[in-house]
Amino acid sequence: MKRMIALATACLTGSVAMAEVVPPSEVTFDGYAVEQSLTGTPGNPEEGRKVMTTKSMGNCVSCHAAEDYADVPFHGEVGPPLDGVGERWSEAELRGLVVNAKMAFEGTVMPAFYKTEGFNRLGDGFTGKAHPEDKPVEPLLTAQEVEDVVAYLKTLTYDE
Amino acid sequence: MKAKLLQSIAAAALAFGAGAALADEDAELVINGEIEIVTKTDAPAHMDGMSTIMSGWRFRDSTTQMMEMDDFDNPAMLAVEDAREKWSTPVGSEDKSCADCHGEPEDMAGVKPVYPKWNEDAGEVRTMQMQMNDCRENRMGAEPWKYDAADALAMEALLSSVSRGMPVDVAIDGPGQSTWEQGKELYYARTGQLDLSCASCHEENYGNMIRADHLSQGQINGFPTYRLKNTKLNGVHSRFKGCVRDTRAETYSPGSPEFVALEMYVASRGNGLSVEGPAVRN
Ligand code: HEC
Ligand code: HEC
Repeated sequence: MKRMIALATACLTGSVAMAEVVPPSEVTFDGYAVEQSLTGTPGNPEEGRKVMTTKSMGNCVSCHAAEDYADVPFHGEVGPPLDGVGERWSEAELRGLVVNAKMAFEGTVMPAFYKTEGFNRLGDGFTGKAHPEDKPVEPLLTAQEVEDVVAYLKTLTYDE
Repeated sequence: MKAKLLQSIAAAALAFGAGAALADEDAELVINGEIEIVTKTDAPAHMDGMSTIMSGWRFRDSTTQMMEMDDFDNPAMLAVEDAREKWSTPVGSEDKSCADCHGEPEDMAGVKPVYPKWNEDAGEVRTMQMQMNDCRENRMGAEPWKYDAADALAMEALLSSVSRGMPVDVAIDGPGQSTWEQGKELYYARTGQLDLSCASCHEENYGNMIRADHLSQGQINGFPTYRLKNTKLNGVHSRFKGCVRDTRAETYSPGSPEFVALEMYVASRGNGLSVEGPAVRN
């Protein structure tokens, strides 16, 4: 209920800052899909493209190729090409895949991008040192970045 | 003079390497026109998931591959020459050299292929670097070398070079078996925020590109390796550390019992490949 009010207020005032973000531990899966937007703010596909192709952000390109970002050098081959995923999967399914692909593909090598618990020997970023106990764990992508990526994935259709 | 020439060759290779074509995965490696290196063969029986094992050499571009085909082009051989001098230089409170007990470096042919191996007196599995330090401390009265630091890697490279062409043959049974099992567990354990194991990249995805890197099987028959990226010799444990760090995990340290166990297991995944180190990689 509280969330509904917060969302409604956000819509009324048009303020993103007031929308309540669903934290990683409270994301609800329906099978491997996540129906509810993580922010209540529609994703921006252009931002999503940037997140996916930037090494310090989503870095999806290290494992996935796609025609739409063929201009970005060095496409990975670890995951399938993403052409047409906007047709193959619904928005809720794509959100679920980005949040935690292990719900759809058991044992996949694709990392969970919106998850903060249950890791083995969690490090402090790429330092190789242990993640400090008293430091909150940040998910690989923020809630809005996930929404932006999902919005971009929805644009990857064959009939462009 | 020779050092300078080699350095400029390395620099040129690096410049070419950046955009160079992918490896010819069917190329064969013969060093100095005489040492035949097995870079592809049947996987040892203990490996369930794979039928063929391949040296990392097969996954590198042709410029990098070529640098390993002649010792004059292999920048690692400079360190090997230095180590050869150290081999016969007396040090420590006992004023002894390696040569005093072991003869010529060539007399050590056959040692590298079976390491890491169980040491009966110590009651533990030892890497070559651990064994070298045991000699330094207990027979020569000298300071141990820092793990994976330049001195230790140069000597390891020398002892590897005299065994080139011999098949890797690490024992996986007997008293060292529990260490080997521990290493196997570490190999398949997923770590870090990216939740990846060694197998995620080097068993499930070798041959695939991960961004600009052509994934190999992560074999260590070519170690220590001279990397064009940092222009020096690199140790097995340092390589492991880099790979674990890249999963956004807390790593183990070079020389730690965990990495000793992992080295033993990974080395045994190369049983049947030739000892190839010191190799050249990008
Ligand atoms: C370390 C490798 C890796 C990374 C990084 C990665 N993925 Fe994946 N992804 C995979 C693999 C592998 C699969 C196939 C599922 C399987 O069988 O394991 C996959 C599947 C998918 C699918 C379903 C594709 C289809 O055709 O059905 C989507 C969508 C997807 N990934 C999106 C992303 C996005 C978006 C990112 C970055 C935010 C990303 N992936 C990052 C490895 C990766
Ligand atoms: C995220 C992917 C990834 C993971 C996980 C990973 N590695 Fe690597 N590794 C690489 C890449 C990329 C390279 C450089 C290209 C190559 O040689 O495969 C590499 C190189 C290596 C090499 C050098 C091979 C050579 O011939 O020079 C070894 C050895 C190695 N890895 C072992 C391991 C071990 C052991 C683990 C687990 C503790 C591991 N790697 C985990 C990506 C990974």
